[in-house]
Amino acid sequence: MSAAKAWTIPEVRAALDARKISARELVKEFYARIDQRNPELNVYLALSPERAYAQADRIDAAIASGDALPPLAGVPLAVKDVISTRGIPTTCGSRILEGYKPPYDATVVTRLEHSGAIILGKTNCDEFAMGSSNENSAYGPVRNPVATDRVPGGSSGGSGAAVAAGLAVVALGTDTGGSIRQPGSFCGIPAMMPSYGRVSRYGLIAFASSLDRIGPFARTVRDAATIMSNLAGRDPLDSTSSATPVPDYTAALGRSLTGLRIGIPDDYFAEGLDPEVRRKVEAGIALLEKLGCRRVSIRMPNTDYAVAAYYIIATAEASSNLARYDGVRYGARVPGGTLIEMYQKTRGRKFGAEVKRRIVLGTYVLSAGYYDAYYLKGQKVRSLIARDFREAFEKVDAVITPTSPVPPFKLGERTSNPLEMYLADIYTVTGSLAGVPGISVPCGKTSEGLPVGLQIYGPAFGEERVLQLAYSFEQAGGAEL
Amino acid sequence: MKISREDVLKVAALANLELTDAEVETYRGQLDDILNYIDKLNEIDTSNIEPMTQVVTTSTDDSTLREDVVVRSDVITEVLRGAPDPAPLYFRVPRVIEK
Repeated sequence: MSAAKAWTIPEVRAALDARKISARELVKEFYARIDQRNPELNVYLALSPERAYAQADRIDAAIASGDALPPLAGVPLAVKDVISTRGIPTTCGSRILEGYKPPYDATVVTRLEHSGAIILGKTNCDEFAMGSSNENSAYGPVRNPVATDRVPGGSSGGSGAAVAAGLAVVALGTDTGGSIRQPGSFCGIPAMMPSYGRVSRYGLIAFASSLDRIGPFARTVRDAATIMSNLAGRDPLDSTSSATPVPDYTAALGRSLTGLRIGIPDDYFAEGLDPEVRRKVEAGIALLEKLGCRRVSIRMPNTDYAVAAYYIIATAEASSNLARYDGVRYGARVPGGTLIEMYQKTRGRKFGAEVKRRIVLGTYVLSAGYYDAYYLKGQKVRSLIARDFREAFEKVDAVITPTSPVPPFKLGERTSNPLEMYLADIYTVTGSLAGVPGISVPCGKTSEGLPVGLQIYGPAFGEERVLQLAYSFEQAGGAEL
Repeated sequence: MKISREDVLKVAALANLELTDAEVETYRGQLDDILNYIDKLNEIDTSNIEPMTQVVTTSTDDSTLREDVVVRSDVITEVLRGAPDPAPLYFRVPRVIEK
């Protein structure tokens, strides 16, 4: 059996149970494939073979002695480079953390490893998760495995590309304004942003703390649901994690959609939406109706203000969170005559262009005289966007939108105008601001063969409903529309 | 023009960020565009709207407070290993107090 085949979690388990392959052999095959494809795709920034083989040997020993296997036994996992992994380089795609090895694991890493998953390595991303194309990584862009002249999306582009190219079975990404869902859409795979508070962020290197979330990329919705069941839950090490009970997310898969009300917000099908993407998403909605959903037209009138509010709030929080990179405690230092000079040189020379742009913007909107006009205004508009979602979920069970207004674009095509890049986050930043869960599922391809994503939003802690809809959509052939 | 060269320099100083002359000019123009775009928020009246400062996640009892118990943490050596200029038990920085 070859790793070149597209493995899913149940397939890994079946092969291990039937002794068709050992966990060690499986890891070896994945590393062979990574050696072959990574020079072109630039998906992995660091590999962790020692740790991977040690975990594989534990799984193989358990199989040999007939012990019960944990739910993710032997599943090869890729982890976005903003998530801390003990002893494995964690750079956030930045020169400022070059060579940094965290002294501890993020809770999500501990949890998945405890469930039997095998960490293959760390995936490339936009520097500090700031970007929508993966072109802001200090270590070079990732190429989209579906069309290698295209971007894989961002910021979790490496995680999306790793799963799409078969260089991992599942991957962890982070989503602050769309950074899981948009690369999921661009790489043609399911990708989920859970509710704010659903998954612990202990060990996640912070970008914007009121928005950051961790979630899965997978080949199938079932795999995404399985990962969610193993990720979610209260963590005493993260005071923002919720004690809301965690259901078995796979239990709802396959339940009938009959009678479910899906809200279609006119505001998401306005100016700027690529006509081909629109047609595919309309076909996706028609498929959901065929599966028994009732289509309801809704309004989310503040959608048009979401990008502006988002880029105030996210950059303000980032300017504060990134103050810690000062050349003193970790990562790089550029020497300077005085302490302040050392700070300025280290930050000026080791942060990349997008990160500096956002620090300058974030510092500006928080500075004396501008706080009320920008930051406070942004927070008030955020209330209105959250209200749009609350009111929508009084009328419907889920909200359906495109994930991205455009299909994957070419490398270098959009780098010259940052504002234009920000505007393409329109459909994802809304859910980020509101705190609700959302998934992107493949919804056909454009005439050029580029993947389109359909986004399903649910109410806070409504992951089951979101996954149920995504699963039926996928099973009914949503990816082939 | 909303934002001047001096504004960028002032903010860069607040953020302890060394910028080249070319960067100052590029960011000035780009921030000008972005702030002009952000001005569209003034179209909405938010005078009676409360700011949303965090996402509240209280669908059940989210007791975020724990007992205040002292736990031994023995990580100094490992933490210092990641520092660019560690001196045993300290982070070394350029002199801050004049002789």
